Amino acid sequence: MTLLDVKNLGVSFRTNDGDVNAVNGVSFSVKAGETVALVGESGSGKSQTAFAIMGLLARNGTSTGEITFDGNRIDGLAQSDLNRIRAEEIAMIFQDPMTSLNPYMKISDQMIEVLTLHKGMSKSEALNECVRMLDAVRIPEARARITMYPHEFSGGMRQRIMIAMSLLCGPKLLIADEPTTALDVTVQAQIMDLLSDIRRDFGTAIILITHDLGIVAGACERTIVLYGGQIMETGPTRDIFARPSHPYTLGLLKAVPRLDVDHDILPTIDGEPPNMSALPQGCPFSPRCTFAVDRCASDRPVLSQHGIIHRACHREAEAVK
Amino acid sequence: MRVPVMNRASIDAMTDETAVAGRSLWADARIRFFRNKAAVAGLIVLACVTIFALFGQFLTPWSNEEVDWGMLGQVAEVGGPSLENKHYFGVDELGRDLYARTVQGTRISLMVGIVGALISVIVGTIWGATAGYIGGRVDNIMMRIVDVMMAIPYMFVLILLLVVFGRSILMLFIGIGLISWLDMARIARGQTLSIKNKEFIEAAIAIGVSTPTIIRRHIVPNLLGVVIVYSTLLVPSMIIFESFISFLGLGVQEPSTSWGALISDGASQMRYGVPWQLGFPLFFFIITLFAFFFVGDGLRDALDPKDR
Amino acid sequence: MTPFIIRRLAIAIPTLLILIIFSFLLMEAAPGSPFSTERGVPPQVLANLEARYGLDQPLWKRMGIYVWNIVTQFDFGPSFVFKDRTVNEVIAQGFPITVTYGVWSFVVAVAIGGTLGIMAAVYHNTWLDYLAVGISVGAQVLPNFVMAPILVIVFTLWLGWLPGGGWQGGQWQYIIMPVIALSTSFMASIARLTRSSMLEVLNSNYIRTARAKGLPMRRVIFLHALKPALLPVISYLGPAFVGMITGSVVIDVFFSTGGIGQFFVNSALSRDYSMIMGITILTGALTIFFNLVVDILYAWIDPKIRY
Repeated sequence: MTLLDVKNLGVSFRTNDGDVNAVNGVSFSVKAGETVALVGESGSGKSQTAFAIMGLLARNGTSTGEITFDGNRIDGLAQSDLNRIRAEEIAMIFQDPMTSLNPYMKISDQMIEVLTLHKGMSKSEALNECVRMLDAVRIPEARARITMYPHEFSGGMRQRIMIAMSLLCGPKLLIADEPTTALDVTVQAQIMDLLSDIRRDFGTAIILITHDLGIVAGACERTIVLYGGQIMETGPTRDIFARPSHPYTLGLLKAVPRLDVDHDILPTIDGEPPNMSALPQGCPFSPRCTFAVDRCASDRPVLSQHGIIHRACHREAEAVK
Repeated sequence: MRVPVMNRASIDAMTDETAVAGRSLWADARIRFFRNKAAVAGLIVLACVTIFALFGQFLTPWSNEEVDWGMLGQVAEVGGPSLENKHYFGVDELGRDLYARTVQGTRISLMVGIVGALISVIVGTIWGATAGYIGGRVDNIMMRIVDVMMAIPYMFVLILLLVVFGRSILMLFIGIGLISWLDMARIARGQTLSIKNKEFIEAAIAIGVSTPTIIRRHIVPNLLGVVIVYSTLLVPSMIIFESFISFLGLGVQEPSTSWGALISDGASQMRYGVPWQLGFPLFFFIITLFAFFFVGDGLRDALDPKDR
Repeated sequence: MTPFIIRRLAIAIPTLLILIIFSFLLMEAAPGSPFSTERGVPPQVLANLEARYGLDQPLWKRMGIYVWNIVTQFDFGPSFVFKDRTVNEVIAQGFPITVTYGVWSFVVAVAIGGTLGIMAAVYHNTWLDYLAVGISVGAQVLPNFVMAPILVIVFTLWLGWLPGGGWQGGQWQYIIMPVIALSTSFMASIARLTRSSMLEVLNSNYIRTARAKGLPMRRVIFLHALKPALLPVISYLGPAFVGMITGSVVIDVFFSTGGIGQFFVNSALSRDYSMIMGITILTGALTIFFNLVVDILYAWIDPKIRY
């Protein structure tokens, strides 16, 4: 059953230096209980896609296209209507757990308000529920520590708290925006384990936004590769990793450091991430692409099916290796 | 959905521009500054006021102390601004030419503002940079001194000083210099703390550069942006400061004058129907302050891009 | 909290003592001081001083007596100019007046400035924001000594609505103009400060979290954003207080309200040293006390400050 359906999403920002088109015609869907990865370099539009879904774009940003959640259109909703969906239906956790919790409020106050507001619980009921949830994300001595302030917790603990807080209302979809980027490697693994437990125990669908292909492989069923605010390639994670058919995906996968391969120089993708206020007319990746042909610079490739994978590239999948 | 349409030539133009993007920080700041209309207007006003202060005296036959006896006793009736008798701004209650007095007051006020800001910049930057760079107990003591001095109502102490040691411009400078550097010291210290741990400082320490040289060659130049911004905002506050004291009659002494003294005179005379006495000095005072604030804001935006 | 307050007091008390001693030494050094050989002081005053300090006593002893009297009895000694009045009597007469309009000005500056700043930030880049910024930019070039004459021109000379000075036991007509003149520039500063810090907070990650939780905007602003946004404003209250105490001198002089500022300027012009010192020390003590309150308030709001 399709939970979230995004059709032809565009996000643009008005700035002093002209319009910046961060997302250009992105379409994808997420099924209930599924884990989907949105992968791309910084500036590829992956976070802005998530913010557009949540209605959390910065003031100067506007979105176009259709977003359907659970059968209802949620794009263009008024803030008060969006507030009924946020946390209750779709929850979100963020990249930097150090700054994502309010440093001037106790954890208890920050968590309790979610339940009193959305579920109409009494404060004491809500407190018990919050402690239960903190236990579930394995915060030790949750009942004693819930009255502490965020700065009294480590980064990993804060991300656990964020996850607990996001799950309070039992949302159907959790958007995790680079949840492990700011954390130590060992803590990263713990948080990823926690996320997969949550999916198992609560049946929550997860959109995992990341630039780290390493954590995608183990955690996500489907992968969407974004570049320049457009989808380059999408399909089952296993197939994409086994046989990348898009030059950009290929470049990304080659750039992952591996222990089992002895490379003298880690391959990189030459060139700079695209200037979002002046994208090339054709494929956004064409200026950096080693497979590019003439028409890549002039015609924008559309997403088309290739076996089980969808890809946006003018070259034959077989030619890309 | 909008898709930017571009031809090959404009893409080439774009890449050309990125190729020459190695502009220095200062050149970048200058471009940003001159794009800010309010700041540029402020700069022009300041230039005009400065020219007025420096050369305005040559346009009038009257001096700032000369009494026009013909005006005395009927200032309200005939003392208004007039081109015929060459009292462009009119005369004050003693029949002295207000234009000449405004020129002279502008001179003193600008001078106080600039000298005060200068003292504060020099003392404050050195104090703050030293405290921040050395750190530890020295920092603690130096900043505690600043805290203690900040907790004192400086205006009262300054007036006490003026009373005890006699009123003079020099005393005024000393008094202003004594207290105006405190904020600057705090700002400079905060900035130093953030610069101190940068790699280029470590590199300088590693090759054995002495502490005073590091402060002078590496820390202070990197403080410059903040210092420049803050000092443009300090000048007007020094001007207000001096005007305040002169307004109370405790600042500059007759026949010298300043904006504060002129505003005070004008204010005390206004019920006699001589609006020009308050109007002209107030006009110069206000446009100059505005100009300084706009230039300061423009500089801050230009030098501190993260703020935008 | 208590150790924190004690540590703060440990700074405040020496600061005050330094101020008292510094003032005393300045007075000693002053030409025309009764303690110097050149005696231009009325005989009656001299007798008062003699009785109090013993003019032939060594410096440290006289200073000891002076400090002791202030610390134990809040007694600033006899005036240098008035034969039959002590500094305390003058302060007792003028201080309540200054405090009355001073407190009003402070409340007005914080309430209006704060509200203006918050509104401007919440309605960023709308006409409300531009209006608030316009007002605060305009008001910052209107220090009290400029505001005061402008107000009198408009409301007394043109419109004839309000009296141009006096106090009359503090009737409201006499309070309005002093309060506006004193508070305008501080209101502007507070508005600018509140606006920029509120904008910064509203763009912070934790406000984004609060919005992602589906909280109504009003709750986000007042429960999540207000406290952190006010922190820089609170640290500005100390300097604002000093500025207002200083500004009260102009207000007292210009509006002839009879507050201590008027006595201060008169004593500065007539070289009434003990009066100047008394008022300087009094305002110093007030400032130091107020800064202490601000520090405690700050520490109380910001959980990251360890007491």
